[in-house]
Amino acid sequence: MLEAAEIECERGGRKLFGPLSLRLSGGELLRIAGPNGSGKTSLLRILCGLLTPTSGQVKWRGSAIGELREDYSRHLVYLGHAPAVKDELTPIENLDIACRLAGIDAQKEALASALSAFAVPDMPVRKLSQGQRRRAALARLLLSQSARLWLLDEPFAALDTSSAAYTEELIARHTGAGGAVVYTTHQPSALDAKARVVDLSS
Amino acid sequence: MLGIARTLVARDLLLAMRRKSDVATALLFFVIVASLFPLGIGAEPNQLRAIAPGVIWVAALLSSMLSLSRLFAGDHADGTLEQMLLGAAPLGVVVAAKAFAHWLVSGLPLVLIAPVIALQYDVAGPLYGVLALSLLLGTPILSIIGAIGAALTLGLRGGGVLLSLLVLPLYVPVLIMGAGAVEMAGAGLAPDGQLLLLGALLVVAAAFAPWATAAALRISME
Repeated sequence: MLEAAEIECERGGRKLFGPLSLRLSGGELLRIAGPNGSGKTSLLRILCGLLTPTSGQVKWRGSAIGELREDYSRHLVYLGHAPAVKDELTPIENLDIACRLAGIDAQKEALASALSAFAVPDMPVRKLSQGQRRRAALARLLLSQSARLWLLDEPFAALDTSSAAYTEELIARHTGAGGAVVYTTHQPSALDAKARVVDLSS
Repeated sequence: MLGIARTLVARDLLLAMRRKSDVATALLFFVIVASLFPLGIGAEPNQLRAIAPGVIWVAALLSSMLSLSRLFAGDHADGTLEQMLLGAAPLGVVVAAKAFAHWLVSGLPLVLIAPVIALQYDVAGPLYGVLALSLLLGTPILSIIGAIGAALTLGLRGGGVLLSLLVLPLYVPVLIMGAGAVEMAGAGLAPDGQLLLLGALLVVAAAFAPWATAAALRISME
């Protein structure tokens, strides 16, 4: 369903990677590998449409994502480096707003159970640790099962082993249900065996 | 789509409620700048009456400027802006909702407090209504047009000064019409022409500026 043809990426006059082609269909797991600065995040941002590749094109079900815009972004979840949670709000307010922005109308109980599944304490985000913020952001995955494509940038960063294992389980469940997941990570995880790898270092 | 716009406005108002100092600084800035002139010029009633519309309008422009740089900066820093770009609503709608929330927080209080400021200038009775009406029509334009500048200077070093240089020239028509309407009314003429022009500016800005802002945001986010 997702197809990238001959994409190249240049940042600040330096060529990061490319030309690179990939194809992703439902139920597939794709890991983007490479050292720091090799363009993993840039590739993910290109795939979700935040960044335009220097050359080449990304297509979703046959049409260019630049033309689809929100018709494409409705089908995807992108979790970037920054957790996109507001310091002034509580985790449940954050999750509620994030879901509404993505066009998901979640009930209060569903929001609360997603947060408790990730063991996020109910206090202002300002008082949460880095890992807890990360978990507050990841809780969105539990409410986004209808999105076909998950693009996760370092989903396991700052997580403890049990929540990392839970995230892996969610990802495995999503691919099992026919969704596609693209992720980057430096930590070895149980998913690596099942994942196809795109290596940007070569 | 409208639901998303409503969510965003409610969110920005909630954030403003939890960061009251940000709202208070812009309003106090307006009050203090507008109060400095009578103190500096002296209590000559005719002179004060003559400069009142211009001074109050310029103070409103500067105060609206003050909070503009924060319009997208917070959401940019914590990654929320990326999620807005990837949201289910067109980016133009998101931008319009944010500009509207910005006006509710930084423009509407000016409209309400301006008649009190006008007291210091001994403005004639019937002018209070015209002044408030001109600000009511004009300050939303400041938020909508200012959003373009805020999007273009997002993430730049020294963006605040650049933002003023970009946006203040664009504010000139609003200033001329807004202060002009009050002056016309002060001279005993009907201010309808100026007010209608302000209304027309508002409609045109509200229809087109959000899309320009959306394009600027996409460029800034690359």
